[in-house]
Order: sequence, then C-alpha cells, then structure tokens
Amino acid sequence: MTINELIPLIEAKELTKEADLNKEVLCGYTCDLLSWVMGHGQEGMAWVTVQTHMNVIAVALLSDMACVIMPESIEMEKESLDKADAEGMCVLQSPLSSYEICGRMHEKGIPAE
Amino acid sequence: MEFFADLHIHSCLSPCGDDEMTPCNICGMAKIKGLDIIAITDHNTARNLPAAQEVCDAYGLLLLPGMEITTREEVHLLGYFPDVSTALEFSEMLRTHMPKGKNKPKFFGNQLVMNSDDEVIAEEDCLLIGASNFTLAEASTQVTAFGGVPVPAHINRGSHGLLVNLGMMPEEPFYPTVEVWRHLPCDEAVLRGKHVLHSSDAHYLGDIQEREHALRLDHESVEELLNWMRSVKKETC
Repeated sequence: MTINELIPLIEAKELTKEADLNKEVLCGYTCDLLSWVMGHGQEGMAWVTVQTHMNVIAVALLSDMACVIMPESIEMEKESLDKADAEGMCVLQSPLSSYEICGRMHEKGIPAE
Repeated sequence: MEFFADLHIHSCLSPCGDDEMTPCNICGMAKIKGLDIIAITDHNTARNLPAAQEVCDAYGLLLLPGMEITTREEVHLLGYFPDVSTALEFSEMLRTHMPKGKNKPKFFGNQLVMNSDDEVIAEEDCLLIGASNFTLAEASTQVTAFGGVPVPAHINRGSHGLLVNLGMMPEEPFYPTVEVWRHLPCDEAVLRGKHVLHSSDAHYLGDIQEREHALRLDHESVEELLNWMRSVKKETC
C-alpha cells in the first residue's frame, strides 16, 4: 500500500507538502516514547504518535520511515512540519484514535514488521 | 569560591512530596547537611516559595526560586527565577495552562501550601501532577521571558526525562545547563559543552543531598547562579 492509498483508509490529510506519496508503507507502529521508537523503527513504517516535537521527524528519518501519523486531529508545530518538508518526510493527520488507525491498517494487511 | 547546593527539592506542595517536606524541615535538613544553596522546585507551582524564602533567610541559606514544569511532551523542565515574586507570577500564568481537573489527594497526595511556621495556610486544588499545554520549546521561552533559566530535569531518567521522551537533545533551544540523574549513566557526548547539575530531586527529607556537588561561583547570589546557568561552558582540556 502506498501513502496515497493509506490517506483515505485512515481519513487523513497531509500536513506536509514535499513528500513522495507514492512511497510504499511496509509496516505500522504506535508509540510515544521517542527513545523507544529509535530502537524499534523500521524502513517504510507508518508511525502513529501524539508527540509533535521536531525530534519526531529526526526519529522517523533515522529509520527511513514512510510517514508519521498524528491521531485525533492533533496539530504539529510549524517548526516540525518545516523540518519534515526540508527532509521530504510525510506527516499525516487523522481524526481517528491511534487504536482505530492501527486497527484499520492491520485489517488491510499492513504488518507489524 | 565553592558552594554546595541541591537545586531540585520538592516540598509538601508537590502531590508526590512527603508531607514532612515542610519549609522549616527542608531548610533545617539542608543546614544539617551543610548545604549553602537550595532550590525548592515543586511541580507546576511556586506557592511554597514565600515561606521557603523566609526560612532560608533565617537559616542563612541562599534560596534559588524554582519550579518543575511538566511540558506537553511530559518532559520535566526546571525553571529558575531571579526572585520569589517573579516565580509566583510565572506560577499564576502557568496555572492557566494546566488541565482543568482537580487534585485527588487520596490518590496523588496532598498539596499543602505553608507559611514559615510550617502551618498549612491552603490546600492547592489544581491538578499539579498533570502536564501543562506548553511544548518544551514554549515553556523554555516563557521561563526565559520571565528572566529565568530553563534547565531540563533528570534528562537521562526513564520517567519524564528529555532524552527518553524525546529520544535525543533537541537542536533548539540550546540548553547551556542540564540536570543529570546521578543514579543512572548518561551519554557523555550529550553533555559536552554543558554545565551539569546532579541535584537530588528529593521528595523525602532523607534524600536531600550532602555536600557532594560543588558549584564554583565568584560570589553567592541568585544573579550569579542564573548567569552561570545561562552561560556557555568553557571547555578545559
């Protein structure tokens, strides 16, 4: 599944402008402790987190993730989005909860790893 | 000159602070332990600082007015201020950024506001254990705007430590001073070029520090301390 196909599945909108939405989503994950995610991130991951700090983008880039997903319509600060755009990382925002987002991704066959 | 300090102490106003952490008990214990300077840093409030200031003055201790702010990322950020009235102003401003819920003393603990005779003059009902809606960057900017110095607390600790919650030291803002939890290792590279505090984060009287960590200051004053904390550390080879 590409990011383009993921967007309607989780009722998301894209907060960034520069990312390649044809990138493949290879797995899904949710966690809010960034030190933990640094040890568990994987290539092509769609990562759901309520954290909005700029370090989120750095952690996502570290593992070459596909995208970061803000659940529950959480806004990400401009500095973080600017950093994401500068690095080509995709940030999505969904009105759904982390649980619902992961549930829908899992149902459509996106694996945990 | 060398001064011995413990710059992270909770009073009985913090829900998790022991009820015996009264202004007189804290200052008395600090005096017995031979400290020169203390900071009382309650969670998201400064309301016990007026009493602490009076008792410190009486005991011949220097009080560095402080607070421990919980940011939206659930990172603990110490804020140190030039005087008690500024800390109180900050505290009132922060109150409007705290969650609406009330403290549940049976579950979280008492939040006792005291006078300098260790008498309870009020019980704080704000949910101090909660997180403010300030991001780490916003909270740091606010502390600085009030003339204070923001210092990330116990950055290497699992609960509420910056390095754990945010994975790495943020590029901005730059923190010239950080606090390291002395019971756990910390990546030396993170600390390069920074002043490091090893305060106790005492919630019980017995946990207040001994004369363990000396600060080298030209003279003993809050202004001197704040200037040191906001100055860039000169590396010595």
